[in-house]
Amino acid sequence: MSSTSVASKTSPAGPPGHAERRHPKPRRPGTPWRQLLAPVLLVVPMLAALLAVSLYPVLRTIWMAFRNTSLETQGDRFTGLANVRHLASDAMFWKAWRQTCEFTAVTTIVETLLGLVIALALFKTFRGRGLVRAAVLVPWAIPTVVTARMFSWLFDQGGLVNYLLVRLHLVAQPVNFLGSTTLALPTLMVADIWKTTPFMALLLLAGLQTIPPDLAEAARIDGASAWGYFRRIRLPLLMPTLLVASLLRALDAFRVFDLPYVVTGGGPASSTQTMSTYAYNTLFSGLELGYGSTIATAMFVTELIIAGVFGLFIVRRLRQEA
Amino acid sequence: MAAIAHPAPVAKTRKSTRLRHPLRRGSFGLLVVVIAVWSLFPFAWQVITSFEPDRDLSRFAPTWLPIPGGTLQHYRNVFVAKDFAPYIVNSVIVDVSATAIALVFAALAAYSVARLPLPGKGVVLALVLAVSMFPQISIVTPLYQILISLHLIDTYPGLSGVYIGLALPLMVYILWGHFRAIPKEIDEAARIDGAGPLRALWRVIIPVALPGVVPAALLGFIASWNELLLALSIMTSPPRQTIPVGIANFTGLYSIPWGDIAAASVVVTVPLVVLVLIFQKRIVEGVTAGAVKG
Repeated sequence: MSSTSVASKTSPAGPPGHAERRHPKPRRPGTPWRQLLAPVLLVVPMLAALLAVSLYPVLRTIWMAFRNTSLETQGDRFTGLANVRHLASDAMFWKAWRQTCEFTAVTTIVETLLGLVIALALFKTFRGRGLVRAAVLVPWAIPTVVTARMFSWLFDQGGLVNYLLVRLHLVAQPVNFLGSTTLALPTLMVADIWKTTPFMALLLLAGLQTIPPDLAEAARIDGASAWGYFRRIRLPLLMPTLLVASLLRALDAFRVFDLPYVVTGGGPASSTQTMSTYAYNTLFSGLELGYGSTIATAMFVTELIIAGVFGLFIVRRLRQEA
Repeated sequence: MAAIAHPAPVAKTRKSTRLRHPLRRGSFGLLVVVIAVWSLFPFAWQVITSFEPDRDLSRFAPTWLPIPGGTLQHYRNVFVAKDFAPYIVNSVIVDVSATAIALVFAALAAYSVARLPLPGKGVVLALVLAVSMFPQISIVTPLYQILISLHLIDTYPGLSGVYIGLALPLMVYILWGHFRAIPKEIDEAARIDGAGPLRALWRVIIPVALPGVVPAALLGFIASWNELLLALSIMTSPPRQTIPVGIANFTGLYSIPWGDIAAASVVVTVPLVVLVLIFQKRIVEGVTAGAVKG
């Protein structure tokens, strides 16, 4: 078969971006519309799906954020900034906002650092590297709901973590991790870090692989130490990947829903309430569609700010390189 | 740990000799073992738990290996007493259909953006990227209302349609990365042979870009298989609910049935882990093409 021989010839050894990049040249101004018809028609199904499932719903949520729509009171009219004022003075909202920011900051930083360590380790060649790379993918493949149940069991008062802590005489009595207002959120962070560090490591590993090996050789000939090589060559070259990967992580961590919903239900005493769980409760238990949309919109805005800050860093970085 | 990650200066040594020092080699080996154990242990513990009888689980001192004395009781509970099978059937129907349709939409769009003279490519890609960042919670209410008005709430097509939209951005990015890496001569040759765009895509581009199609499909499927928030909101009646909802709502009458939960977790996770391990290399390539090269 001709197609298979072509496949074997062109199948990229590394990520396909390594291969030459081709940007089709702009067409002559006189491109007949007939030639544009096929390309446009081909993107229509995707655009229609995104419009229906994401774009229109987001816009409608923003629109509803300024209404008092409620299935409880049957209200449904435009109320201007009333919801926003309510939000500003809603102590539970700010608690959830703070906790979500805390969760996002801690997990993103730890996952980036741990991911970097794992990526650097898996970059080296050693016997059994393939097996370890496979092992690292396991947490990533496990549904978050299952991760949530696993960590509830591990950190249960009768669970393994407590058994080990008691046996090692680190604590006298089993700790009620998930029943404590100070320990519940950190426990959720541990679960998140376990689940998503592999993803981070994979992205960084790919970034490491794009660094030309000659650079390592040159640095070594110049007598650079391993640390100097890391500090002056690897880290700067890895920076764009590091920034993009932590941006993706931060955006994802900020939406955290499954872990608190399953493990703690937002408790104890709302100490694990996140933006997503608070908005969900307001929408589906409180049936306050208007105010729930205001919370969701606030979340959306915070995500935009996070993306904007990272975007600024990334652009500055790219400018420095240029 | 930090000392191991950033090895202390060793002047003028070649890479191969750097690991030769026994202490250094030992600590690197230890790091690798820690990484592997940290990744595998929590799920391994879940597997062990699923075979342990309740009386062992309720004791504080754990039973490390339930051999002998293991039990299949928890698996029996999951399928007979708790009737977990419908969740699996629902998930398979919704997720397979969503993945298949999304893959077709994504392939068409990625082909057009990567290889055809589509005006406004940058705008299309930016839109796809922006959409992938929307939090689920900010689309759930309108989706609920739309599905109610279409009489699609609590139906397979309803949730499947939503999942198509969710899987698309990642799929488009992965496929776009692979499609544009293919040399231009290949579809030019197809065009000379008189093949239209669809034919060229199906006969030439897809076979060549297969290493990208597999992870795109798999990642889309995993995203739907794991999704909780929308499934919780859209599948309002228990007979229609999917696996994540089933596991999230798993409760016992008097105490938390850790053994049953573990058995259910193992049943729904093992197929996924096996798939991921089989396609390990392609997933790594696919993820990195989509996320780093974008």
